[in-house]
Amino acid sequence: MTERIDEVMEICLLAGKLMLESGGETYRVEDTMTRIAASFGMSRSHGYVTPTAIIFSIEGTDSTRLIRISDRSTDLAKVAVVNDISRRISRGELTLEEARKELEEVRRAPMSYPLWQQTAAAALASACFASLIGGGMVHFFPSLFSGGVAFWCFEMVHRFVKIRFFAEFFAAFVAGGLVLLMVQAGFGGDIGKMIIGSVLPLVPGLAITNAVRDLMAGHLIAGLSRGAEAFLTAFAIGTGIAFVLSIR
Amino acid sequence: MVVMQLLLSFFASMLFGIIFNIPPQLLLHSGFVGMSGWTVYMLTVRSGVDSVIATFMAAFFVAFLSNAFARRYRAPATIFIVPGILPLVPGGTAFEAMRHVVINDYNAAIPLAVKAFMISGAIAMGLIFSEVVNQLVKRRH
Repeated sequence: MTERIDEVMEICLLAGKLMLESGGETYRVEDTMTRIAASFGMSRSHGYVTPTAIIFSIEGTDSTRLIRISDRSTDLAKVAVVNDISRRISRGELTLEEARKELEEVRRAPMSYPLWQQTAAAALASACFASLIGGGMVHFFPSLFSGGVAFWCFEMVHRFVKIRFFAEFFAAFVAGGLVLLMVQAGFGGDIGKMIIGSVLPLVPGLAITNAVRDLMAGHLIAGLSRGAEAFLTAFAIGTGIAFVLSIR
Repeated sequence: MVVMQLLLSFFASMLFGIIFNIPPQLLLHSGFVGMSGWTVYMLTVRSGVDSVIATFMAAFFVAFLSNAFARRYRAPATIFIVPGILPLVPGGTAFEAMRHVVINDYNAAIPLAVKAFMISGAIAMGLIFSEVVNQLVKRRH
């Protein structure tokens, strides 16, 4: 029996860890772990999840475990896949062994889009958005360039310097600098619209959404810390742009 | 011109979906959600409504649509919400505020900063209200 409890626990924690690391909301992580435990016969379990740690306990047994989440990225496809696996477990379609195998596969799977595709997407998204708010296609190509370079800078700096806010600051600085240089060379239209377009891929949309959804679900600590994350990111972007504007 | 706006908002949201790694088969849906949100925003702003209210309505609509898609495709609603609300983020206002701050013109910066803050709050309130609707719908089923 204890072996089985350990196994269930491990699967719950693996699912929770995968979700949290990929950018799932904390209430979803708790819900998923409790559901998986319940469908394997441990109907009373408790999860406590914050953005940096998971504590999980099954009532009536001695086991309680804590795992630390140190690395968080954005991979909503993984959240969706783990969510799907947990649904299938709830419907009784997967045994313990199958569930473990599928989750391990998800863990090993690479990010769904390679860096060059993401950079291209960020460049095009910047260009589209700058043209959208700028009201003219004159903003398209300059923002395409600065947005792409800024996003690539963010990924590269983040790879070497593990301080996320510095990477965001630097990327916003690069975006602003490039836009200013291009405008001085005679490309593009409104500086503001182009800078906004270029930094939009860095905007913490996921953190804002998760903060609100977690707060609503009653997860005050998780919600507040996600909110702080969103605020700091916005602040880093703002500082980067202010830096460019002040040395102009 | 209108078609251009629709296309641009559609592609912008869809491409944001790639940055957030959403599943490839749902990319078009997230583009559609973003386009709808932007359309609601533009329509309300053009009819003379204040941008805070317009953002609230657009965010509400984005989250409403996302929750409907989430039920339909059995995927987390976040997948559709995140690309959908990005175009509503008050980048322009925040940028103007920042521009006044760096030239020490705080008197001009504060109203703009408050406006940006109110618009961010409107996005959050839109998400909250639509979540309430979502839970009412769920209970009925």
